[in-house]
Amino acid sequence: MVSFFTNLINGLSLGSIYAIIAIGYTMVYGIAKMLNFAHGDIIMVGAFIAYTVISTFKLPVWLGIVAAVIVCTCLGVAIEKIAYKPLRKASSPLAVLITAIGVSYFLQNSALLIFGSDPKMFSSVVPFGNLTIGPLQIPGTTIVSIVVSLVLVGALQLFINKTKPGQAMLACAQDRDAASLMGISVNGTITLTFAIGSAMAAIAGVLLCSAYPTLSPTTGAMPGIKAFVAAVFGGIGSIPGAMIGGLLLGIIEILSRSYISSQLSDAIVFSVLILVLLVRPTGIMGKVIQEKV
Amino acid sequence: MGRIKTYFSTMDRTSRDDFITYGGLLVVFIVMQGLLSAGMLSNQMRGLLVPLCVYAIMAIALNLVVGTLGELSIGHAGFMCVGAFSSAFFSKINPDMPDLPRFIIAIIIGGVVAGIFGFLIGIPVLRLNGDYLAIVTLAFGEIIKNIINALYVGVDEKGYHFSLSSVNDMGMDPLNGNIIINGPQGVTGTPRSATFAISMVVLFISLIVILNLTHSRDGRAIMAVRDNYIAAESVGINITRYKLTAFTISAVISGFAGALYAHNLATLVATPARFGYNMSIMFLVFVVLGGIGSTRGAIVASVVLTLIPELLRPIQSYRMLIYAIVLIVIMLVNWSPKSRAFMETHSLKRFLFKKGGKEDK
Repeated sequence: MVSFFTNLINGLSLGSIYAIIAIGYTMVYGIAKMLNFAHGDIIMVGAFIAYTVISTFKLPVWLGIVAAVIVCTCLGVAIEKIAYKPLRKASSPLAVLITAIGVSYFLQNSALLIFGSDPKMFSSVVPFGNLTIGPLQIPGTTIVSIVVSLVLVGALQLFINKTKPGQAMLACAQDRDAASLMGISVNGTITLTFAIGSAMAAIAGVLLCSAYPTLSPTTGAMPGIKAFVAAVFGGIGSIPGAMIGGLLLGIIEILSRSYISSQLSDAIVFSVLILVLLVRPTGIMGKVIQEKV
Repeated sequence: MGRIKTYFSTMDRTSRDDFITYGGLLVVFIVMQGLLSAGMLSNQMRGLLVPLCVYAIMAIALNLVVGTLGELSIGHAGFMCVGAFSSAFFSKINPDMPDLPRFIIAIIIGGVVAGIFGFLIGIPVLRLNGDYLAIVTLAFGEIIKNIINALYVGVDEKGYHFSLSSVNDMGMDPLNGNIIINGPQGVTGTPRSATFAISMVVLFISLIVILNLTHSRDGRAIMAVRDNYIAAESVGINITRYKLTAFTISAVISGFAGALYAHNLATLVATPARFGYNMSIMFLVFVVLGGIGSTRGAIVASVVLTLIPELLRPIQSYRMLIYAIVLIVIMLVNWSPKSRAFMETHSLKRFLFKKGGKEDK
């Protein structure tokens, strides 16, 4: 029983990291209507920046996190301006998808050139150790991941529902042309979305590498894909959906890894996704939009 | 010569297009085969011939789904994986058959098994739309790769043994048994039967199938589904049937490619880089860069994009970076509405003919 709860908590921890990444995916998809394949690599960049500041320059941990957030935010905005914006009105939506793949290759290979291919050991940014509740041992990283993801989701929900820029995001997600007729700067809103998504990716990167301390140029790829799955799982475009999707995905992954088969855990995660989509084709929290002729 | 020219100009556009595709491919084949038999190709080039054919076949197969059917699939490497492993399995259990017939049967088996998977996966997947369909194909590709990585198959006197956890769990006689698929170690010792000529023949057959399909009544129905599925349905086109047809045919051809791929390698392993979503994405890049929907473009793009990183090998560590930049720049130049407008007003044709756009009546 204790081992089940330990697994559940590990799942929640991994799931909350997926949730933070998935929120970035879902926001960008909801507003810019594109799958940002480079999102996973921004996680990796964030982790590398934090690693450089903390382990190489021996500066305080908070400075590393702040640096990672700032660099990733600027990077996200720059990528959007240079690579995605010119293609926003392209005749095929696949064009921007392929460009995103190009950006993903670019980030991975730049990191490979700068940091080399051998994995780095990332020291946890969480200053305290395990928390003991009765027979349960909860790692500090787990608590921090869960708390940070809850705080971020709460703050983001407040931001979107209570502030003007947040409302502008909602408007752009619903109908970009109508939003621009209402005087909303669509370009500005999309830039803001990328900035927020990338900042969250940086935080996710630091948390991910605190929990799983090996860091290499491909670190972000698989969590990126998993988070994308989580976003679809919860209904792409919906922030609470991304949170639920991320948590469920993390729990399913850890539980199937410890109780069914460690080799087949990815297959199980993806099978659950397919089952969910077959029953609810727009995900758990997704809205069903009736197509009009 | 003049007669050929008149004949050529009386052809309708589709046949002329196909003529160029087949002809071009034939010329390339003859030239490369000539160079190959004359021993004028470098080792690196020789090693690339079969993979180039495999990638070209994958590109046209995926183009059928992405370009003609208009659905995004990021899991085609999964079908290729199924074809590769099933054909390698067949070749391994029939070591005594003569090489060529065995290879031909192996290719057919690869195609059929991949086709069955494509059909079974297509039934649920094609109910979805757009990005949801894309993510489910990605999921299926990953599931296939994952299961094959955990699959152990062996054979002894008592027959076949399977396991999804380890070699010892198969219950196979450890002394006389023969491991065929060894989990993450994959299949070793597949006969290397794939030659350039056979690969080219498979490419030609795939091309004929796909081009004939797209020009047929069924092909037009598939394109109608792509352009407007509601309108297509309202004129009585059975959407599911045509989606499934295109998807299954594409899976069969991917299976052929997988069989060629498997018989070109001494060790066949389903690593993430080989059969994971990375590879599916690579094929997607071929299709999009070749011009979505253009079969010839897909072939050209697959060849060019495979050769670029290979030719950049001397500058080892920078090559993938350069590849990434080239990819982004090509996409921006080709697809951004601004650069398209710029190219239209500054095109070479217009500069030469000095009149507005209507020079080729």
